[in-house]
Amino acid sequence: MKDELKKRIVKGPDGFEFEVDPINDYYCDAAPKVHPPVYVKIVEDLFNWARSESIWILGFGTGCGAIEMRPLMTPRFDAYRFGVQWRPTPRQSNLFIISGYLSVKTLKRVIRSYEQMQSPKYVMGLGSCTINGGMYWDSYNTIKRLDQYLPVDLYVAGCMPRPEALLKGFDDLKKIIRAGKAEGANLYAENFDWYKANQKKVIQDWDMPDYNW
Amino acid sequence: MTFEWMKIPYALLTLFIVVNYGLLLSALIAKIGARAGRRHGIPIYQNYIDLLKNFAQRSSVTHGVMFYLGPVFRLTGGIGLLMFVPVIYGSAMFSNLSFAGDLILALYFVFFSTLGMALGAGESGHPHAAIGVSRGLAQVTMAELPLALAVFAVALQYHTLSITDIVAAQQGGILHWTVFTNPVAVAAAMLAFLGTMMRPPFDVVIAPQEIPIGPPTEYHSAYLALMQANRAIFPIAKIVIYMSLFFGGATSWPVFFLKAFLIYLFAAFVGVVFPRFRVEQSIRWFLVWAVPLGILSLLLA
Ligand code: SF4
Repeated sequence: MKDELKKRIVKGPDGFEFEVDPINDYYCDAAPKVHPPVYVKIVEDLFNWARSESIWILGFGTGCGAIEMRPLMTPRFDAYRFGVQWRPTPRQSNLFIISGYLSVKTLKRVIRSYEQMQSPKYVMGLGSCTINGGMYWDSYNTIKRLDQYLPVDLYVAGCMPRPEALLKGFDDLKKIIRAGKAEGANLYAENFDWYKANQKKVIQDWDMPDYNW
Repeated sequence: MTFEWMKIPYALLTLFIVVNYGLLLSALIAKIGARAGRRHGIPIYQNYIDLLKNFAQRSSVTHGVMFYLGPVFRLTGGIGLLMFVPVIYGSAMFSNLSFAGDLILALYFVFFSTLGMALGAGESGHPHAAIGVSRGLAQVTMAELPLALAVFAVALQYHTLSITDIVAAQQGGILHWTVFTNPVAVAAAMLAFLGTMMRPPFDVVIAPQEIPIGPPTEYHSAYLALMQANRAIFPIAKIVIYMSLFFGGATSWPVFFLKAFLIYLFAAFVGVVFPRFRVEQSIRWFLVWAVPLGILSLLLA
């Protein structure tokens, strides 16, 4: 464990001493909960329609594929007209796009960002690297299959996928959401132990609680 | 003075109209901005969907009591501002709760919501929120200065603090508007207007491409939806004040819609043309251009 994460006694400016336990103070370790859909079907359908037409993206540009996410918003492709827009904070986003190869180091941040998002949340894997490791399939420090660590709703294949492929991906995702099949957040909560075990298997220096926000 | 209970449903009706108009207008302005960049832009009804979706998010986390209250304060500021100005001049239905000293109250409400937001965002504990808040307060304070100066000049000119009386004094032809009777004050106030509309070059608070989102970084789900609703109300409420003080007010809804659109368009137009200021540039700009104009207007009055 890193030094800055160890328990320690801190002396305040007024001479008062108190104990700081970063792991408990900075993180929350409650397990994620299952949030069932609204019981009335017609309301849930309406909500799903709204969710599908208002996709707020948290882009995690981990690899080369990330470069293709920029032109999406430019005049040529203009994803805004489909209700797609970027949010720079995980709190407000409902679609997590992970583009390309994920090194073990980045995976930690990816998981943390994912858990900060509010459910229902969706994950889109961009590029072959998220599907089977792509050209990094035998690398020692990248993961091979994203869906062993996070519940992925949709993959956009290609190395790298063009913006058109992404637009098609949004289209397909909208269909999945409208059909009420995009329940990745609940899947994650139900199989939390399995996902955590997988994550811990690759992340060697696991110096956090099984956090969740 | 007796209080008429019928004013409450009328005020709610005003609120309803303004929320819808605000949602549509901000989408329209976004669309105009997009067209200037040769894009299609968002659909005109996108704001409604975003609002509904944020209400439909199932989970939410909290960071403490003030975090809850931040959006509520903000919404109170927006609605309060709207309630205490006569939206439609001369109409018994839509003059709401306005009374004799309401100009000071209106200025206070503008600041109140900002402070509430600052407290709420501060409690979220996110560094981006803290930076956004400090930038926001710096700029709002700077923009408020020329506005207050201009407002006092106008109040001196008409010898009243009642918005209704100021509007009344401007009736009877376009040349009676404050724009023509006191152009310096209006110029100062319009510069201040740019600063509070959160559009480039003065969107230092959310600072796109630099500090993500600013104060609302940690807000999500229904809290965010509340703030979005306020984003529809607040600019319109502010525009109502400007309209009443400087542009002759509105005597009917169509006139109101048209004037609000044109005043909003002014901010959007400037925003499309200019890139973003940094915080010190924007404050210097207000000090160099807007504040002297405000002082001049006060001296002339
Ligand atoms: S899929 Fe191809 S383009 Fe995408 S990150 Fe992997 S190697 Fe790069």
